[in-house]
Amino acid sequence: MTLIVPVIGLLGIGVFSLVSAGAGPTLVETVTIGYVDEIGGFDQYTTQNNIELVGFDTQDNATAALIGGDVVEYFVITADYTSTGVVNRYTLARELETPATISIAIKNFLTSNLLTGSVSPDTIELVEKPLGLVTTRLTETGEVATEQGGFGNLIIPGVFSLLLALSLQLSCVYLVQGLGDEKESRLIEVLLSSVNTRQLLVGKVLGLGVAGLVQVVVWLASMPLLLNLASSTFGGFFGTIQLPANFIVLGIIYFILGYALFAALSAGVGAISPSAREGQQLIPMFTLLLFVPLWFSSILFIFPNNPIWTVLTILPVTAPIAVMLRLGVTGVAAWELAVSLAVLVLSIILVMFLSIRAFRIYLLMYGKRPSFGEVIRTLRSG
Amino acid sequence: MQAVEVNHVVKSFTDKVAVDDLSFSVAQGEIFGLIGPNGAGKTTTIRMMMDIIKPDSGEVTILGEKLGEATKDRLGYLPEERGLYKKLSVLDSIVYLASLKGMDKHSAAKKADELLEKTGMLATKSKKIEALSRGMGQIIQFIVTIIHDPQLVVLDEPFAGLDPVNTELLKGMFVELRDQGKAVILSTHQMNQVEALCDRILMVNNGKNVLYGDLTEIKARYRGNAVLLDFEGELGEVPGVAEKRQHKGYIELVLDGKTTPQQLLGRLVSRGIVIKRFEMATPSLNEIFLAEVGKKHE
Repeated sequence: MTLIVPVIGLLGIGVFSLVSAGAGPTLVETVTIGYVDEIGGFDQYTTQNNIELVGFDTQDNATAALIGGDVVEYFVITADYTSTGVVNRYTLARELETPATISIAIKNFLTSNLLTGSVSPDTIELVEKPLGLVTTRLTETGEVATEQGGFGNLIIPGVFSLLLALSLQLSCVYLVQGLGDEKESRLIEVLLSSVNTRQLLVGKVLGLGVAGLVQVVVWLASMPLLLNLASSTFGGFFGTIQLPANFIVLGIIYFILGYALFAALSAGVGAISPSAREGQQLIPMFTLLLFVPLWFSSILFIFPNNPIWTVLTILPVTAPIAVMLRLGVTGVAAWELAVSLAVLVLSIILVMFLSIRAFRIYLLMYGKRPSFGEVIRTLRSG
Repeated sequence: MQAVEVNHVVKSFTDKVAVDDLSFSVAQGEIFGLIGPNGAGKTTTIRMMMDIIKPDSGEVTILGEKLGEATKDRLGYLPEERGLYKKLSVLDSIVYLASLKGMDKHSAAKKADELLEKTGMLATKSKKIEALSRGMGQIIQFIVTIIHDPQLVVLDEPFAGLDPVNTELLKGMFVELRDQGKAVILSTHQMNQVEALCDRILMVNNGKNVLYGDLTEIKARYRGNAVLLDFEGELGEVPGVAEKRQHKGYIELVLDGKTTPQQLLGRLVSRGIVIKRFEMATPSLNEIFLAEVGKKHE
């Protein structure tokens, strides 16, 4: 798993290079669309890139041409277009929305015909060109910020968040599996005659944690290398990808803390489960929470400053992924990071304490899994 | 210094008193039998000795100290339910578990080779645990128990599932451990093995001490007023014999309480009976066990 991720990245870049080198220039098909001009005067600029516009006298003629396959669709410039701005479009295809190329072609056709004679052709061209908006992010002191944001900033945190969630979940699975196997095979008694429960639990958590940390460091280290390779291969967009400031440091910190929290939870689950299989069934109860920020990531793009993101940043089970995602979109305020880390550390201490207790009480209990209420009562009484 | 001292230990679980005011000691250089019916509290007692669980009250002293990290390295424990890491090789399993007892890898590997050879298991060194038969797995687990040269060895049902050859092999190794001055605690239902191996025993039932002490003395205590006789000739009615019980190959003569075995012997000789075997009838430990456990259930 550790090396698979960067290897897949390399393979993807390599395959793209091979395919794009072998392919010739892309041929763009000419599309014919019809129109009915009920106002009159819309007869110029009938070639818009690869779209040819053909005029029809009546809507019936246009419909017949559509059904006959002479045109792929048609639109009607109604008599009241200049006051309503509405154009009716007719097509045989089922669509979620009008394709952008068609929409742009129709808009440019209408605009060009409306403005001809009133303004110069250069002005018409300027109106039709897409808005060339260049955004520059400034710091609070008026300097140009080193991080300019944009989707380029989101790619790495987004991918890393997903990988981090998967890594944490896998670690939980391994921990519970290992504990369950040792319990089922009664090997746990041999181990406990050599080490105490605290040593056993901490040893397992640390051992898996180091393995997971190596995995995360390899991913983080390979990302700049892959980005460089990708930008020289894909060009353009990948060249805009930046790593948010402090991303690597925070990535490692949140991995360590997130892992410690989920490992402690997993150890508790492993202790109360009579078998590895039962333990695996309980894991999703809390590991699914890891993915909550990812499920709602589209809301982050639309409402990046919504208080829910502050809550997810501070809530210990969602903090690791929420922080990573937010680093790529809006950044995270220093106070939020401080509170998040403090709450996470305190949660780890509490969960570790309870898990060690559960470990001690339930590790030698074989047979039926205790109910949730029973576990709470036992933990309280110690 | 006693290897084990258990003083007035009590342990309860939610619905049951598993160990009820139990006290005993185990000396170094002896094989101590811990016997009792299922659910008697033997395994709970052993787990308290291993510090796997804590007693509710009472004290357990191992090798003169309360059990701590250093003392654990001087214990060897073979639990009743066997378990090793299935996907690890035999050698890796032994070395890993030996390292938990404070052995360095090099010494553990060397000692593992010696013990594997002694038990005829050297050929399995590189095999995975899952590839071994149950009996072979038990031998490996025994090796794990003693590889670090512990002063106290606790064996819970060590013969379960073993063939007679391996049983004799292990018995020889237990005796060797005793002769080296180690304390060996043997918990088993196989009374014949307890009789063959143990110097002293503790019989536990319902968490309580039922019998405790030297095995020979205990058996002598239960000796009844009967003799075992293998003979040639006609026995007929013999004065002083209250009952005759026929067994395979011999007869058991129960005396009437007024006749001593010596008097009976004299009467038999005077009748001209050729005596091949004349022995005081001593009940087997199995018979004592059944008598005691049956008594408590009444």
